[in-house]
Amino acid sequence: MSKILIIAEHTNDTANASTAKCIQCATEIPNAEIDVAVFSDNGESVANEIAKMDGVTKVIRIEHDANSNPMAALIAPQVISISKGYTHIFGPSTTFGKDLMPRVAALMDVNQISDVMEILDSHKFKQPIYAGNAIVTVEAPTTVPVVATVRIASYRAVGSSGSAQIESAELDIDLPSHSRFIGIQAATSDRPDLQTAAKVVSGGRALGSEENFEIIYDLADSFGAGVGASRAAVDAGYVPNEMQVGQTGKIIAPDLYIAIGISGAIQHLTGIKDAGTIVAINKDAEAPIFEVADIGLVGDLFDVVPELKAALG
Amino acid sequence: MEKILVGLKRVVDYNVRVRVRPDNSGVETDGVKMSINPFDEIALEEALRIKERGQAQEIIVVSIGAPEAQQQLRTGLAMGADRAILVETAEAVSPLMTAKLFLALIQREKPGLVILGKQGIDHDNNQTGQMLSALWDRPQATFASKLEINGETARVTREVDAGLEVNEIDLPAVVTADLRLNEPRYVKLPDIMKAKNKPLDVITRDELVTAATADIQPVTYEAPTEREKGVMVEDVAGLVTALKDKGLL
Ligand SMILES: Cc1cc2nc3c(=O)[nH]c(=O)nc-3n(C[C@H](O)[C@H](O)[C@H](O)COP(=O)(O)OP(=O)(O)OC[C@H]3O[C@@H](n4cnc5c(N)ncnc54)[C@H](O)[C@@H]3O)c2cc1C
Ligand SMILES: Nc1ncnc2c1ncn2[C@@H]1O[C@H](COP(=O)(O)O)[C@@H](O)[C@H]1O
Repeated sequence: MSKILIIAEHTNDTANASTAKCIQCATEIPNAEIDVAVFSDNGESVANEIAKMDGVTKVIRIEHDANSNPMAALIAPQVISISKGYTHIFGPSTTFGKDLMPRVAALMDVNQISDVMEILDSHKFKQPIYAGNAIVTVEAPTTVPVVATVRIASYRAVGSSGSAQIESAELDIDLPSHSRFIGIQAATSDRPDLQTAAKVVSGGRALGSEENFEIIYDLADSFGAGVGASRAAVDAGYVPNEMQVGQTGKIIAPDLYIAIGISGAIQHLTGIKDAGTIVAINKDAEAPIFEVADIGLVGDLFDVVPELKAALG
Repeated sequence: MEKILVGLKRVVDYNVRVRVRPDNSGVETDGVKMSINPFDEIALEEALRIKERGQAQEIIVVSIGAPEAQQQLRTGLAMGADRAILVETAEAVSPLMTAKLFLALIQREKPGLVILGKQGIDHDNNQTGQMLSALWDRPQATFASKLEINGETARVTREVDAGLEVNEIDLPAVVTADLRLNEPRYVKLPDIMKAKNKPLDVITRDELVTAATADIQPVTYEAPTEREKGVMVEDVAGLVTALKDKGLL
């Protein structure tokens, strides 16, 4: 039997969608018992929410003032303190999980698998490498725990008709004082979250300025879509970094993705491979984005986008 | 601080479209252009700027891998690093082993800061910096887009999913570079000539770490499933119809 520990990602109030997707991944391991750890300063509502998620046996609450804003150097030793007996420790392949899980693995003296996209058996997995241009099947040693991050775009979220027990774990370790959280600058918006939105509209370098990017927001708002961008648009300062889609940004899997004024570099395409339908709007008929697009339209975005908005609105 | 250690990994150049070998044994690397991992160029650029501000004396670039990685180290020296170390090894090295080798070098060199890339664009692991700081028992600041050294501490802005996070960490520490930390300089011809005379030490893996790690083994490689060829529409009306046909509007 496999005993799996999942490290929950949450906002202290609610679980991040990545948590329910990690659980889905874990349920695909045969014969698995799944526990979820919630590290927070007050995790009651998050623990209650996760206890309802299908497939969870037990939720473990670990409370500490230092957990109000997760820092890998502080969470990792806490994970170790409750890790005994688990055959697998999973976290999401978000910036939270990517920061934390390798630190956990190293403290356990094991290697880590990044971006699990398919479970073949308890110790055999598929993962993308080279910006998704190759998929490798890997086998982890059975003599040590498997530590992995889960590529959340590959999994749907589990349902919430469960009723797991909730337990509190006491911490009797000293946490390091060498790393301090100062603050976070997060854009607040009413738009659907890029990582979970069913529809996403993205703009690229072709937008030319922060002001011009408004037409992308307008179009997205006209049908309730999230908004993303290429690296070039972020580098040029048209939009903030958290909107970057791609190999080094967010990997997303919306039902509909509309790429506007984006050429389709491999690093960008990595981020949208799992989208249901890809639409490309580009004035260059030779742009590589058209090779992956399900629906392509050659035209000047400054004509097409307002027209499309009018047609939708 | 006296020294900064920077990792330079030799990887397939980011412009190359990587292909899986027909026998599924790996990806095609024969005759393919190799370069410094783009994130590592950014890491080195940052170290050079810290030195140019008078906050560090010596920049040491390190590569772990085949003898050919000397090319990337020479490029690093031409960019401005003072000294290079190649840890030569014929086999593939896991991130955990890489971290152990870096730790052994840290114990020799005692740097005040280690800057690595946030991820190698070959295996997209995104692990080594985090593992190294865990083994070293020091702070980590991953995905850095801004780095300020203030004496014994550093203030790091990190690109996280929610936005920009600011951490303060005590030094020594490990920082991993994200794309927007800086724009690396171009190497000039005279610098390439000068770099030929800079020290490049070659040591073997076994001189640093002898024990093995329980490694994750690749079984087989495959190409990703291709998306089916799509349709081109003439105008916005055609686009709206196509979307409606797919039930997306
Ligand atoms: C290590 C590394 C990691 C990277 N990670 C990422 C990543 O995560 N995400 C990412 O996106 N990129 C990433 N990149 C960058 C990537 O290689 C490309 O440079 C980038 O995606 C290009 O952005 P773009 O398509 O907006 O710009 P461009 O390539 O400049 O394309 C602009 C497009 O707009 C079209 N256009 C221009 N004007 C108009 C108009 N008026 N109407 C319609 N179309 C128009 C042009 O025909 C062109 O196709 C990475 C690069 C490296 C080296
Ligand atoms: N073989 C290597 N030689 C030098 N640096 C490396 C090596 N492997 C990893 N690194 C460093 O660790 C970073 C992250 O790599 P990875 O964990 O493999 O994604 C890289 O950007 C390098 O800075």
